[in-house]
Amino acid sequence: MAAQTLFEKIWNDHVVRAEPDGTTLLYIDRHLVHEVTSPQAFEGLAVAGRTPRRPGAALAVPDHNVPTTDRRVAIADPISAKQIQTLDDNCKTFGITMFGMNDIRQGVVHVIGPEQGFTLPGMTIVCGDSHTSTHGAFGALAFGIGTSEVEHVLATQCLVQKRPKTMEVRVDGQLSPRCSAKDVILAIIGKIGTAGGTGYVIEYTGSAIRALSMEGRMTLCNMSIEGGARAGMVAPDETTFVYIKGRPMAPKGILWDQAVTAWRQLATDPGAKYDAVVELQAEAIAPQVTWGTSPGMVTGVDGNVPDPRTMGDDKLRQATERAIEYMALLPGMPIRDIKIDKVFIGSCTNSRIEDLRLAASFAKGKKVASTVHAMVVPGSGLVKQQAEQEGLDRIFKESGFEWREAGCSMCLAMNADVLQPGERCASTSNRNFEGRQGAGGRTHLVSPAMAVAAAVEGHFVDIRHWS
Amino acid sequence: MDAFTTLTGLVAPLDRLNVDTDQIIPKQFLKTIKRTGLREGLFYDWRRLKDGSQDPSFFLNQPRYQKATILLARDNFGCGSSREHAPWALLDQGFRCVLAPSFADIFYNNCFQNGILPVVLTGPEIHALFEGVTAREGYQLTVDLAAQLVITPDGATYHFEIDPFRKDCLYRGLDAIGLTLQHADRITEYEQRRRTQTPWLFQDVR
Repeated sequence: MAAQTLFEKIWNDHVVRAEPDGTTLLYIDRHLVHEVTSPQAFEGLAVAGRTPRRPGAALAVPDHNVPTTDRRVAIADPISAKQIQTLDDNCKTFGITMFGMNDIRQGVVHVIGPEQGFTLPGMTIVCGDSHTSTHGAFGALAFGIGTSEVEHVLATQCLVQKRPKTMEVRVDGQLSPRCSAKDVILAIIGKIGTAGGTGYVIEYTGSAIRALSMEGRMTLCNMSIEGGARAGMVAPDETTFVYIKGRPMAPKGILWDQAVTAWRQLATDPGAKYDAVVELQAEAIAPQVTWGTSPGMVTGVDGNVPDPRTMGDDKLRQATERAIEYMALLPGMPIRDIKIDKVFIGSCTNSRIEDLRLAASFAKGKKVASTVHAMVVPGSGLVKQQAEQEGLDRIFKESGFEWREAGCSMCLAMNADVLQPGERCASTSNRNFEGRQGAGGRTHLVSPAMAVAAAVEGHFVDIRHWS
Repeated sequence: MDAFTTLTGLVAPLDRLNVDTDQIIPKQFLKTIKRTGLREGLFYDWRRLKDGSQDPSFFLNQPRYQKATILLARDNFGCGSSREHAPWALLDQGFRCVLAPSFADIFYNNCFQNGILPVVLTGPEIHALFEGVTAREGYQLTVDLAAQLVITPDGATYHFEIDPFRKDCLYRGLDAIGLTLQHADRITEYEQRRRTQTPWLFQDVR
């Protein structure tokens, strides 16, 4: 058999049937469900008199709307409360397991899947959420879908898909100290652009990727969608197996041995070809900061806001001018001179225990600047519990960070955690679109370490040289 | 889902790169549990000035584009979140077709689920259409799905590509789930085979 990539192996394993034009009925192993993109799907099922084909393949959790303050108090926003109640009702009606708001296992959908061992190598995983690409860190094919497709998967356990192309993004070498997976993915997006991965599934390879922890790989794959790719993947290896083993939903006993044997076969074969290849050198990646309103508008912390006058392309120049105006920056100003008002550490990109450990290690003994409001939102109730057992919450609180309950929070500001118009935030989340964190709010995407340093200094600093 | 055959309609131009789904419909409108009534949220922030009043310069606030059914857009339209509320809002406003040089994958896919035809044309073709629509009030296009053509008022025709399967589903307004369920036996066979080969994939979530 011809040499195959990781993606091709998983794709081929999941083809139920194919149309003459290549349109494929693809089997979906696992389905994550949250409150925002599912109500209309369940309603569609009910209207058509259909039932879920395999309710046991799905796991539901409310995350987008949940408050990050005291959960014993009723949700202030009645519309948010109704959406969460609707998820609860639908899961009961259709027999789907749900981690409710007061379950310790509740959290951001892309944090709890891996945490529970729900996410496994070789699987196809979908969710009505574009950051489903996160789960590709385990060597799974995982991608976001719309609500109609959520209904389709519930009803048929399949999706109609056209086979995407493959892109290898190879990062070799060793990252600079204090640089992280977040800096790697932002640098990749800066290089390929926000539409560079459109139509592709990315496989991340190279020695710098191999050296990443599972948390780092999840951060990396999470933002594949910001590069336009619906899915990003890393081949499973010992790091993957060690992470999964013993998790509540992971296979046990003989099944575990069988599964690991199969997972070892998934890595891309030597000589397999990708449709496109992009290469980066890890040493060349500086801590990254976005300056604009698209994740591709990014540069190293030692860089400057670009000057649109130097840009030849009309559309690019206009987009840059518009972004600089929205962000209230000056062309050519150093990134380090940008002063911030808020810091958000959290989201499906950077809210796992490793992120919080790292953030706490930089926060320890320091104080958040008097001009800055900073908050830490753990990715799940279990991450929060773990962090508290390790005393990380005390470090954050002593430094002046707020310590919150788990949820999506200010990544997209569907709950009460919102930027006010004109406020500027250093955020460990994934999108810096206009108004993403609140109408008129200004978002700079950074790593957790860079966010802590910015909170303390009140402006961006180069974490590589920060004392 | 409504079938899409041939559409002749007024064109509205949105001259911005990388329009993301957060702009098409901001988060506060995602709390609904219905698919309908989302027109109110369409481009909510861009439609308004800082004081909350309507921005008369925004294209959808201009009387000449009020009845538009075809949206003309730039590269990477619909990037960002998977929210299907974006095509629902466009549909609620009356748009049945979006023309752009490129689309984000999930948005492109979501359009087909809702009877909206996303058409990819070349950069120069899109550029010519922007010039046409800004120069002439009442500018209309005809989009013929069967022939895969966009026809301009002065008779120019632009061919576009579309997957045969998607084209057929949209042209006939087929229920995608119903189509897949016709292959229920194949799905069952697949599950039986995989249950033996990879039993760990069939452990129920509890």
